[in-house]
Order: sequence, then structure tokens, then C-alpha cells
Amino acid sequence: MSTFQLEVLTHERTVILTDVEYVGLPGKNGRFGVLKGHIPIMAALKLGILEFGSYRGKRRKIALSGGFAQMQGNKLVVMANTAELAEEIDVLRAQRAKERAERRLSEKKDDLDFARAQTALRKAILRLEIADGE
Amino acid sequence: MAQSGREIKRRIASITSTQQITRAMEMIAATKLRQAQEQVFSTRPYFQRLKTSLSAVLSAAEKGGEDLAENVRPRRGPRYCLLVITSDRGLAGGYNVRILRQAEIFLKENPATDMVIVGRKARDYFRSRNQTFLAEFVNLGDDPTLRQGQQIGQVIYDFYLHGLFDRISILSAKFINSITHPVELRTVLPLAERQKERPEESGLEPLFLYEPSINAVLAAILPLYINAAVFQSLVEAKASEFGARMTAMRSATDNAGELIEELNLTYHRARQAVITKEIAEIVGGADALKA
Repeated sequence: MSTFQLEVLTHERTVILTDVEYVGLPGKNGRFGVLKGHIPIMAALKLGILEFGSYRGKRRKIALSGGFAQMQGNKLVVMANTAELAEEIDVLRAQRAKERAERRLSEKKDDLDFARAQTALRKAILRLEIADGE
Repeated sequence: MAQSGREIKRRIASITSTQQITRAMEMIAATKLRQAQEQVFSTRPYFQRLKTSLSAVLSAAEKGGEDLAENVRPRRGPRYCLLVITSDRGLAGGYNVRILRQAEIFLKENPATDMVIVGRKARDYFRSRNQTFLAEFVNLGDDPTLRQGQQIGQVIYDFYLHGLFDRISILSAKFINSITHPVELRTVLPLAERQKERPEESGLEPLFLYEPSINAVLAAILPLYINAAVFQSLVEAKASEFGARMTAMRSATDNAGELIEELNLTYHRARQAVITKEIAEIVGGADALKA
């Protein structure tokens, strides 16, 4: 299968820049896939997993904290607040973050704190899930 | 020059130790500057790209006559949010003073301004003037992290969504090189003004498909963009701070050097005067004995 370029960026670094056959993205309204020749698209993403690699074979995963994706020409650019390759995830840290978030959720504070803790928990669970697959 | 030799010696010793401190601080600032400088250059492209994407979406929305949701629609009101970025520590020459002076001018020109403060210097300054602000962030440390940028950005974005202000500007030092870092007012929102000056150059711009909707895409990009603007400014401010500190400490070291030289001269003059006097006395005494 023919390939296109995928670039995943955070403000601090380029997480990955590589040629891929397929990218699976966590769109706001559900997952969708991108192949070479996709029409120009700008998509809002939610917290979730970005998969990339070959169409049928092996794929790698990135934990994405929302953000957006832009396909233009033969290049897909994904920009996010945080993005971590599965093999980079620190399982212990994620575990601790999960516990912390759970603890905060069990204490009852005002709404904003609650929403933040919920996001933190979702992020931690996502990171653990991805790291587990490695 | 009635100072005694011992007194001058003591002053020389004290200035020398001050000089050692300022020299050490200069070297520390120089090292940290190098790291900060790298960060400045490696983070600039990301911010630029986000800005380009955001203005592409906004101009597409405008051209398409899109009815944007209240919270993401560009606002034109007079209420400002001003993010003022200073350092936590002093000893950086006029670095903080210049920023605070600009902030005062801004506040005078735009009375409907709410401030968000970064750095202990700005906080203490405005607090002592009974100036209120929306939020403060102090003790950010020597290398700004993405996380700090996101925390501050998040707070500003939350306020923005709640309609506390219409415009967001950042007042901080822009890093050009270690001696040049002018205070810059960076307009974060609204973006569109520049867009209008540049008329229909398009036709080249591809027609994007917005998934799930242009509103959702804007809602995804806006917070990223604000975070990036904050982080970018933090990084540039930090590099500028080290530049300013390095320069300030270098001139302090130089001044100490000059002072030491002068004192040395005075010391040796005094010492010679004493010797001359003693010789004169001895000669005088010998003459007296001979006579």
C-alpha cells in the first residue's frame, strides 16, 4: 500500500515523523481512519488512542490528549497538548496519577475540581491501557 | 586619603568577594541562557503553525458565512485580559522594571483590563499598589515546562469561555539575543485583524472538510493556541531574563574590578607614604645623632 507522512507534535517536541499507510484517530464523534489521498480535512480530536503503521500489519500507538488533526496534501499533522508513544509511557507514574485522581474524585469538592479530576483519571486509564499493550 | 592601609585592605577583600559572587552568577546565567535559548528556537515553529491553522479555520468560517458558536466566535469588545510575565527573582538589571512600566501604560490606556500575573516581581508590584488581578502564578522555576504553560493557558481560556473579557494580550520580553529582548505586547486574540489586510490571496488554500464541524474544530484549536501562546511567551521571557541577568552581572563584575583597581592604587600610595615618612624619620634621626 502507498504511504503518506504522519507528524505528531506537541509544543515541546516532535513525537514522531514517519511514513505510514494508515492512521486511526480518536475523532470527537468517533474514531476514523486516514489513508493516502484522503481529502483535506481538519478534525477535532478527543482524548484517546492514535494508531499508526501498516494497513493490515503492525501498528504503534500514541496516547493523545485531544487536540486536532490536519490532512493536507500528502501529510497528516496532529497537534496536541500531550502525546506519548506507548513505549514512552511511565506505567508507575500513570498508576500513581490514576490513584490520585480516584482519591480526588471520592472527595467532594466544587464542580471544576471534579471535571479536572475526571479528565486526569481518563488520561491515566488511557495511558495504562496503551502501555499494557506493549 | 586619610584611610589607613588596613581599612582599605578590608574594603578590597569585601569587594573581591562580591565580585566573585557576581562573576559566578554571570556564569550561571550564561549557562542557563544557552539552554533557554535552544528552547526558544525549538518551540517557535509549533506556535506559528497553530496560528496559521487557526487563522485558516477562521477565514474559512468567515468566507463560508458560518454561524459560529458564541464561545468561539471572534469578539470585538473592549475588555482585555493582560497576561504580565516577569521574573521571580531580581538582579536582572532593568528587566522587570521595563515590563511593569509598560503594564502601567497599558492599564491606563485600557481601563477595562483584567490581569493575570506571572512572577513574584509583578505580583509584589501590583499588590503594593492595591491593583487587583484575576490570577497569579509564582515560583515557576528556571525552566518553564509545557505543563505550566498549559495550566496558565487553561485558566485564561476558562475565563474567556465564561465571557470575562474579549481580547487576550501577553506583555513580556521577546527574546532576540542575549542583549536584545524588548518588551513586547503580543496579541493572542482576536486574530482576524491581520487576516483582513491580506485580501483574497486564496484559491490556493484547499477546501477543508471540518470534522465533526467547524465549531468543534475551533473549540479544539483555540485552547491549544492559547496554551501555546502562553508557553511560548514563558520560554522567551525566561531566556530574556537570563540574558538580562547575565548582562547585569557582567557589568557588576566589571564595576567591582574597577573599584578594586582604584582601591589598590590608594592602598599602595598610602603604604608608600608610610615608608617615605619612616625613611625620612630615620634619616632625620641619624642626622640628629651625627650632629
